[in-house]
Amino acid sequence: MIDIQNVTKVYETRQGARTVLRNASLRIERHEKVGILGRNGAGKSTMVRLISGAEQPSAGRIERKMSVSWPLAFGGAFQNALTGLDNLRFICRIYGVDAEDKIAAVEDFSELGIYLREPLRTYSAGMRARLAFAISMAIEFDCFLIDEVVAVGDSRFRERCHTELFEKRGDRAMIIVSHNREYVKRHCDKAAVLIDGVMTAFDDVDEAYEFYGRSVA
Amino acid sequence: MDSVAALREAWVIQRRVIGALFLREVLTRFGRHNIGFLWLFVEPMLFTLGVTALWTATKSLHGSSLSIVTFAITGYSSVLLWRNMPARCIGALQPNLSLMFHRQVKAMDIYIARILLEASGATVSFVVLSIVFLSIGWIQMPEDLLKVVGGWLMLAWFGAALALLMGSLSEEYELVDKLWHPLSYLLFPMSGAAFLVDALPPPMQNIVLLLPMVHGIEYLRDGYFGSQFTAHHDIAYMTLVCLGLTLLGLAQLRKIGRAVVPE
Repeated sequence: MIDIQNVTKVYETRQGARTVLRNASLRIERHEKVGILGRNGAGKSTMVRLISGAEQPSAGRIERKMSVSWPLAFGGAFQNALTGLDNLRFICRIYGVDAEDKIAAVEDFSELGIYLREPLRTYSAGMRARLAFAISMAIEFDCFLIDEVVAVGDSRFRERCHTELFEKRGDRAMIIVSHNREYVKRHCDKAAVLIDGVMTAFDDVDEAYEFYGRSVA
Repeated sequence: MDSVAALREAWVIQRRVIGALFLREVLTRFGRHNIGFLWLFVEPMLFTLGVTALWTATKSLHGSSLSIVTFAITGYSSVLLWRNMPARCIGALQPNLSLMFHRQVKAMDIYIARILLEASGATVSFVVLSIVFLSIGWIQMPEDLLKVVGGWLMLAWFGAALALLMGSLSEEYELVDKLWHPLSYLLFPMSGAAFLVDALPPPMQNIVLLLPMVHGIEYLRDGYFGSQFTAHHDIAYMTLVCLGLTLLGLAQLRKIGRAVVPE
């Protein structure tokens, strides 16, 4: 269970304080899949970073009673100067997992060949996405935070991500940020809509989209 | 008992994270090319050797009949110890921001990893050079090894506390990065590395003894060759300054820790 209680996030900018989230509350049970909808800049990624614990809320609290992944996003969470393999080793070390057991799986999924031993900064966008996803799957969590990561890449990559996430790990909780309506409808049990930092939770995805459609129009 | 278990768990995670960050720093700084991580202490060794040669050639030892090699090794190694830690901690978060997407990686861990890396480089360099020069008879065995270790640890504490403070301040004020370079450059000649306090006129002594690292290096030299000169040090004063710096550093770290945004 993850319990988000009255969370507010304020960022200091050069033009003064800016409130990105206001009093947001949400509860995610085990096995539950929750979509987060909203336009660009609505605060979706901030919400995900707060849930992951990478950032601290300015007010309110977040309780985590299950293990939660880092935000599986396109880019981020990796070190560009290190090779793919060293990034895998780093992440395995901080999560207390033996990296040597995971190398074969990462090699297989990322299809990077010799590039696994080259620095990340030499990678193309597709290569990065494949490596990021492969490493993400090396550590098991009760809840995965997915911030648009699956949206990039070709159809084959998306299919393989689908197998890993929704078939092999279908029993996990997930918080999914996506602009892809079909994707959210297909995978989520419920959804929350973020508009100008205010979050409204719905038990039904269609209802959430209806509300979202009305507020955007 | 629950809180004890929680504390132990936190300790295990922190050690794991610092270890991983330490290796990550070694890899990005030294890579796997040529001698790789050996640069960690070969670089400070080259510095110390160069300065030793320079000081020997110019006979720059003020008012004493001591061996210049002993003087230079104790002096320059100490400078490297306290000066490199702050230099490496200023702006240390920027290249690691992406790793802070992992909630167990905190600003503190990044600073500790870099501090440990610099401290181990300077320490290995100092120990290896001491052993080499001892074995060829250019320097004498330290008179009081415990005092040498004590002085070294005090200098390490001073450097670490200063590093924590400068590093966390630099996240809030860009000016810190600009001012540190001239400051550290100017502090070097006053830090006691290139002179013995006793050789200075008394009014000057009182001024340089305001600098905490002077006490550390005088104490270390007292342990190395104390019978050959009059050492001036007040470890209680140095402890107080280090304690103050540590508290200020931790306070500033707490302030920036909540504001760090991974990217």
